[in-house]
Amino acid sequence: MAVITMREALNQALREEMQRDETIFLMGEEVAEYQGAYKVTKGLLDEFGDKRVIDSPITELGFAGLGVGAAMVGLRPVIEFMTFNFSILATDQIINSAAKMRYMSGGQFKIPIVFRGPNGSAFQVSSQHSQALESWYAHFPGLKVVMPSTPADAKGLLKSAIRDDNPVIFMEQERMYGNKGEVPEDEDFIIPLGVADVKREGTDATIIARSLTVPLALKAAEELEKQGVSCEVIDPRTLRPLDIETIINSVKKTNRVVIAEESHPFCGIGAELSAEIAERAFDFLDAPVRRVSAADVPMPYAKNLEREAIPSVEKIVAAVKEVAYLD
Amino acid sequence: MSKQSTPSKSRAGAEERSSTSVMETATPEADTAELQEQHQEKKKEQKSKIDEKERDELLRLLYQMILIRRFEEKSAESYSLGKIGGFCHLYIGQEAVAVGAIAALRSDDYVLTSYRDHGHALAKGMSPDEIMAELYGKAGGCSAGKGGSMHLFDVNLNFLGGHAIVGGQIPLGTGIAFATKYKGTDQVTLCFFGEAAVNQGAFHESLNMAQLWKLPCIYICENNQYGMGTSLERAMSLSDVSQKSCAYDIAGEFVDGMDVLAVRDAVARAVERGRKNNLPTLLEVRTYRFMGHSMSDPGNYRTRAEIEKHQERDPIKLFTSSLMEKGILDDKVLGEIESRVREEVEHAVRFAEESPEPAPEELYTDVYTD
Amino acid sequence: MATQVVMPKLSPTMEEGQLARWLKKEGDKVSVGEPIAEVDTDKATMEMQALGTGVLRKILIKEGETAPLGQLIAIIAEPDEDISALEAKAGSGQPAAENKEKIEQKAEAGGDGAEQELAQVERGGERTQETIKGAPLRGERGGAPDSQTQDRRPAQDSSEASGNGSSVSTGEARRLIVSPIAARMAADAGINLRTLTGSGPSGRIIKRDIEAAIQAGDQQPEKLARAAERPAYQQPEVEGASAYRDETMTQMRQTIARRLTTSLGPVPHFFLTTEIEMDQAAEMRRRINELDPQLKISINDIIIKVAAAALIQHPQVNASFQDKNVRYYESADIGVAVAIEDGLITPIVRAAERKTLSQIAGEVRELAERARSRKLRPEEYTGATFSISNLGMFGIDEFTAVINPPEAAILAVGAMTPKPVVRDGEIVVRQLMRVTMSCDHRVVDGATGARFLQTFKRILENPLYLIV
Repeated sequence: MAVITMREALNQALREEMQRDETIFLMGEEVAEYQGAYKVTKGLLDEFGDKRVIDSPITELGFAGLGVGAAMVGLRPVIEFMTFNFSILATDQIINSAAKMRYMSGGQFKIPIVFRGPNGSAFQVSSQHSQALESWYAHFPGLKVVMPSTPADAKGLLKSAIRDDNPVIFMEQERMYGNKGEVPEDEDFIIPLGVADVKREGTDATIIARSLTVPLALKAAEELEKQGVSCEVIDPRTLRPLDIETIINSVKKTNRVVIAEESHPFCGIGAELSAEIAERAFDFLDAPVRRVSAADVPMPYAKNLEREAIPSVEKIVAAVKEVAYLD
Repeated sequence: MSKQSTPSKSRAGAEERSSTSVMETATPEADTAELQEQHQEKKKEQKSKIDEKERDELLRLLYQMILIRRFEEKSAESYSLGKIGGFCHLYIGQEAVAVGAIAALRSDDYVLTSYRDHGHALAKGMSPDEIMAELYGKAGGCSAGKGGSMHLFDVNLNFLGGHAIVGGQIPLGTGIAFATKYKGTDQVTLCFFGEAAVNQGAFHESLNMAQLWKLPCIYICENNQYGMGTSLERAMSLSDVSQKSCAYDIAGEFVDGMDVLAVRDAVARAVERGRKNNLPTLLEVRTYRFMGHSMSDPGNYRTRAEIEKHQERDPIKLFTSSLMEKGILDDKVLGEIESRVREEVEHAVRFAEESPEPAPEELYTDVYTD
Repeated sequence: MATQVVMPKLSPTMEEGQLARWLKKEGDKVSVGEPIAEVDTDKATMEMQALGTGVLRKILIKEGETAPLGQLIAIIAEPDEDISALEAKAGSGQPAAENKEKIEQKAEAGGDGAEQELAQVERGGERTQETIKGAPLRGERGGAPDSQTQDRRPAQDSSEASGNGSSVSTGEARRLIVSPIAARMAADAGINLRTLTGSGPSGRIIKRDIEAAIQAGDQQPEKLARAAERPAYQQPEVEGASAYRDETMTQMRQTIARRLTTSLGPVPHFFLTTEIEMDQAAEMRRRINELDPQLKISINDIIIKVAAAALIQHPQVNASFQDKNVRYYESADIGVAVAIEDGLITPIVRAAERKTLSQIAGEVRELAERARSRKLRPEEYTGATFSISNLGMFGIDEFTAVINPPEAAILAVGAMTPKPVVRDGEIVVRQLMRVTMSCDHRVVDGATGARFLQTFKRILENPLYLIV
């Protein structure tokens, strides 16, 4: 297996799927001639031409809706948002059209579309460019929501997302594009949606993390190991459909849960997981479920404030100690 | 690229047509016998020009318009009886637009529209039974009772829906046109919307992309002059919708929406543009809805006199008298059409009444596909 | 084709409409879309458009009249068309009923909208069997709770309070805080959570506390085994009475019971007497009543409270003889003997250990009043766990009371009288009160009773213990 970056893994997934299926086209701002704002689509214009790799005007609602229309009649669009912050302009088409078309037509349509791009904080890009919007999209039945945390997951999950006949929100992380990892080179390597991954096994506490917080949770687990606390780290990888069984089984084993996430706490995925755990594993809890979320404020610009606003290894370690009743 | 016709020219044309017919019947001092003779000769002349196929087609258009009118009247009655719930937006007065426009299409062309969608669905050939059952929220409805009045779909007839967010269907139509071009078919997409949707960003974003990428989409703005209760003048800084085409260098045309053949001809020109050259068109079709925005419309924003003025140009009345003048239609044939329509509408109501409610487990189906 | 003109749904929330004005009269020609009437809805006055073309043949409601949604209010038809059938239907009220039936069918399917419509029809039209059937459904969905539910509520609350959840209220009025997994593990291992001290925040008993207890228990297997056998509290038959648990009597205990009964009668009594210095209790009473004269706390109220506290500390006395079992009670339900015209009755202060003095005082006063007017309900005087009889007001210094079976003891309270006593080598005057406890020897042994009285005396002599 080759060691490559998350950026390269995503690029491989796009290339392999576009080679496999001519109905796939890629559209978004700067995806073609610029080679992708974050270089995820590098080289694809040269390989597939401007019919299939299309630079769009800055018109998020328009090209998101165009994608949904194309999906209604059999194409498989991959729509890139330069960041998910801009997808807010397109939510009408994502939520009112993509998520509901199948249901409100009594099952007449498939909407095989992927909306992808970076989500969450970057490096000092302030309030309007640092939002983690997964709980928005995961709220709506009809959408699938995927958040990979490793290059291998990114590749396997993106290939699955493109092959899926439902609208998929595929959320990457700008801070993670350069993260490296082993990735299978096999073209048939895919990871099914809706299957969580136990990134580390442990017995004393479960840390549920996704995207950016997975590497943080793994570092925290290492730290805690030294202090005699064995942590299990679970990455759901797909928020909808959610592999709740894997999570519940882990909670039954460890009795303590910390949820680490980059989004705001209020009405977030962490809140949803807490409710699921309370409903399904209440009798197995030894401590209240603890969330480590982004601060409940818009993202500040200043470096120190930004650091304070997002989850960190230290915050996760402290939360685990709290649920494990240490010091 | 050059425009097919300027808005002002087209509008003048529409006025001429209607004023001519008024003149003909309003000259009492002329010699009646002479006039009648002339008239008969003219009719013969016209008759010979119209071949059998066109005659059948014209009668089919009349039949479709009457079917929509009666279907809508029945829907209104059923709504008032509590058999139809939610919203119910009637198309009465606008029949010539859907019927004329869709008549210019091939059956494999795509059509999508807003929530005022009963007329378009019928004109695209959907069964009145399935539409009425959908309004009734029954399992036999075209969308299995899950969509309702605003969400009629028939994937097999390429009728891609009733969409209930104002302007939401415009990017979708653009995407469908994108897909047909991508696949290399020569299908065109006809995307209907009301004039109020023109104020949405979706309209402008779509027209820009369509002309930029040369997509065969026909944007047909049914200007019924009111966005719910707000008149066009109160909502749009430049209320001449067809002129908006200039902003995107897109072909634009103004059409009299009370004249079914004028609509058909204008759409036919747009279809040719789309099919041959993958070019979009913006049509502004001036029409008028005789009923409220929806069934719960108090109607206090316009006068009865205004409605009556427009009802003088009721598209069905206009077309009926024009066909009678041409000798294509007589009272007997009209009676036959009316009775066929009545049977179909009554059958639709019976079908809807008898169709079962969706099974409770259907609540959870069709959210995702496997 | 005649068109039925019905009261239309002109707004989503409309239930009925008042016909403000007919714009057409009978015999007028009307066509589709033409306004024929003005209707006042809950929101606005709206024009009602004709949905059919023809002649307005019949107007069925007058201006100013109100009609429920769906009621036939006029008929449009051809001039020569026969509309007698429709008129007859209107006369019998059938069309509205038909429409209502349809809406009710929707209601059965459970749609919210349909329910709303049902409500509309129901309120507008006559009440029928069907509409009444639908009513409780809406009640349950958050409408006003019916009186039955309201009546039941306090009972449910109290049973929840005494229920056995992950947090259990105790005699010491200490809330047991325990994590769900710890509660589950303790139940599995048969560990009494009350014997543990929690190491979590606010004393929460957590998983590691149970693990430690299990480990400790391995060294004391007998203790754990016994703990495991101890049965849980059961709900009593008398509503509101204390929960209890039955523990099988040992062979020895059964023999003692049998033998004592045969020698000394059905309930083998023995008596313990002690003298209690009441100065502090009297002072406390005085000061409380000074704070709020309305309270009217009596010495007897204090005695009840103290007895309850002592009973919780000595559960062996808060018990009863049950043939093969001894029944121990969770709370102290104290019977208070009240003399009435031709006899005596003992209304009960339930769970007196959890009540404040003012609550006890109010309750006793109220119970005694109703006892005298013979208005007590059976559950108010049945099933005490301990009784107190006070004849002090009659100047009785000391007496013995007869146990009220199946209780295990009764306390006879004499008068409080000033007496000279020696304190620190000096003669001083103190308020003294003598109490005698009658005990059922099958349940309570001498030493057990004595220890109870000791506690009772200690608290009464220094009532600050009540709040420690």
